[in-house]
Amino acid sequence: MSTYGRGLRGLSLATIATISLALVLVFFYAPLDADQGFIQKIFYIHVPLAIVSLCGFIFGGVLAIGHLRTGDRRWDLRSYVAIHMALIFGVGALITGSIWAKASWGHWWVWNEPTLVSFLIVVLLFATYQPLRFAIEDPMLQARYASVFAVIAGAFVPLNFLAVRLAQQYVHPRVLTLTGGNLPGSMRLTFLISLLGITLLYATLWKYEMAAKNARMQVRRLRRALLGDDAVPAFGRSAAPS
Amino acid sequence: MRTALIVLRKDLLLELRGFETLPAMVLFSIATFVIFHFGLNRPTIDGQLAAAVLTVTLLFAAMLGINRLFVAEREQGGFDAFLLAPVDRTALLVAKASALFIFLVVLEVIAVPAFALFLLGPPIGRVLPGLVLVLLLGNVALSVIGTLVSAIAVHTRARDLIGPIIGLPLLIPALIGTARGVGPLLAPHASGSPPAKWLAILALYDLVFALLSYAVFDFLLED
Amino acid sequence: MSLVFAAPALPLHSAGKYVAGAYIVFVALILIYVAIMARRLTRTERDLEQLRREVEARQSEEDAEHEYQGAAR
Repeated sequence: MSTYGRGLRGLSLATIATISLALVLVFFYAPLDADQGFIQKIFYIHVPLAIVSLCGFIFGGVLAIGHLRTGDRRWDLRSYVAIHMALIFGVGALITGSIWAKASWGHWWVWNEPTLVSFLIVVLLFATYQPLRFAIEDPMLQARYASVFAVIAGAFVPLNFLAVRLAQQYVHPRVLTLTGGNLPGSMRLTFLISLLGITLLYATLWKYEMAAKNARMQVRRLRRALLGDDAVPAFGRSAAPS
Repeated sequence: MRTALIVLRKDLLLELRGFETLPAMVLFSIATFVIFHFGLNRPTIDGQLAAAVLTVTLLFAAMLGINRLFVAEREQGGFDAFLLAPVDRTALLVAKASALFIFLVVLEVIAVPAFALFLLGPPIGRVLPGLVLVLLLGNVALSVIGTLVSAIAVHTRARDLIGPIIGLPLLIPALIGTARGVGPLLAPHASGSPPAKWLAILALYDLVFALLSYAVFDFLLED
Repeated sequence: MSLVFAAPALPLHSAGKYVAGAYIVFVALILIYVAIMARRLTRTERDLEQLRREVEARQSEEDAEHEYQGAAR
């Protein structure tokens, strides 16, 4: 049984430090955007959330490949946690994106922002991951089918973005970009630090969740060994107990 | 390859003798066109609106076919028989996807003229080759994703629901491509050639997902 | 590191509300997650406590057995 707790403290401290630094930079260092003014500051939280969420989905797909290749259900657990986390980050990206749209465009939702629309589709897709798992009762079958889904859905992410971006009319200016799309140096630095912070946050939470699930499973196993089979047999559980 | 052809032949024969899925798909499409006519309350439609109506109708009719694709295998032990036979398992994928593709083509042979008759304003004859091309590419996407999703869904409890829930988001890029590819063709003074951009997207999508399905299908059949 | 105070002290016309909202959403998500984990942790601790007591109970049973057998000889 691998231990996920090791190195977790160091990772969390690094995450806190980076995010704090990012917040300071966002509010005290990065200059005001000429076009959107103070509202543009949302960019520093929305875009990293979105990027990390997408990478998380692809990460989940890669882990699922590991499960399919080795048959070891631990990979499936890793994949499940990765996708779960990425979905939460994705919902966060959608909400912050919606707030940004409302602030700069007046509507809570805009269709001519390709990133937001692609995101909606991806989140809709991965929102079906858990119901799918829930609907398959046999644990081994559940793990295998979930992994197949994770691989397909992971491959879907880049294609989806391509299609939606091409579908946008060129006439409408993109709502949520920066002026001209070129980041001045100070903005770029702030953005990169924010991105790093959110990435570290994802890694920390993933590890944390894995450690918690691991511990939970071992407790279950101990209970079963010591107290007989009264350890509650999880009915239709979503994650893969190995 | 031979296995795929044999299974395909079996499915087509079953459909010919039983006539369950295809008539339902056709009837559904035509009924939908009628509803759209009354819902939109216009004498004719054209352009992107017409493309949207056509694409959505074909999509939901395809869902009917997708839901039924593996039911016979599941209920009558076809999966086990297939696993026991010394054949390449992806043959089942190829066979089922081909069957679905053929169903969709037959559906469109009936539904598209019906659409032109009931709803479409501009004449369809000139743009027919381009339209056929886009629809064929769209059919490949529907067939591949439909087979995959159907194979996943047939083992779950909420069989009929899981299929569309998973399939629809996956199909969105292909549907965007189909609708946007067909849109200019149905415009009042259409040029007859579909926009290359969308053909490329559809082709790319088809290729990627065909390869991907080929790679993962084995895992869906293992026991 | 020289901090360049480029932003005027939070222009709290409508813009500030939205920015605050976005960042609060972010913080809220994290806090909700921490709360869920806390609940799970207490449950695990409780289970481990129960297991520990069980193990100790059996341990003392065995000790009693050994003693009994020892005394019986």
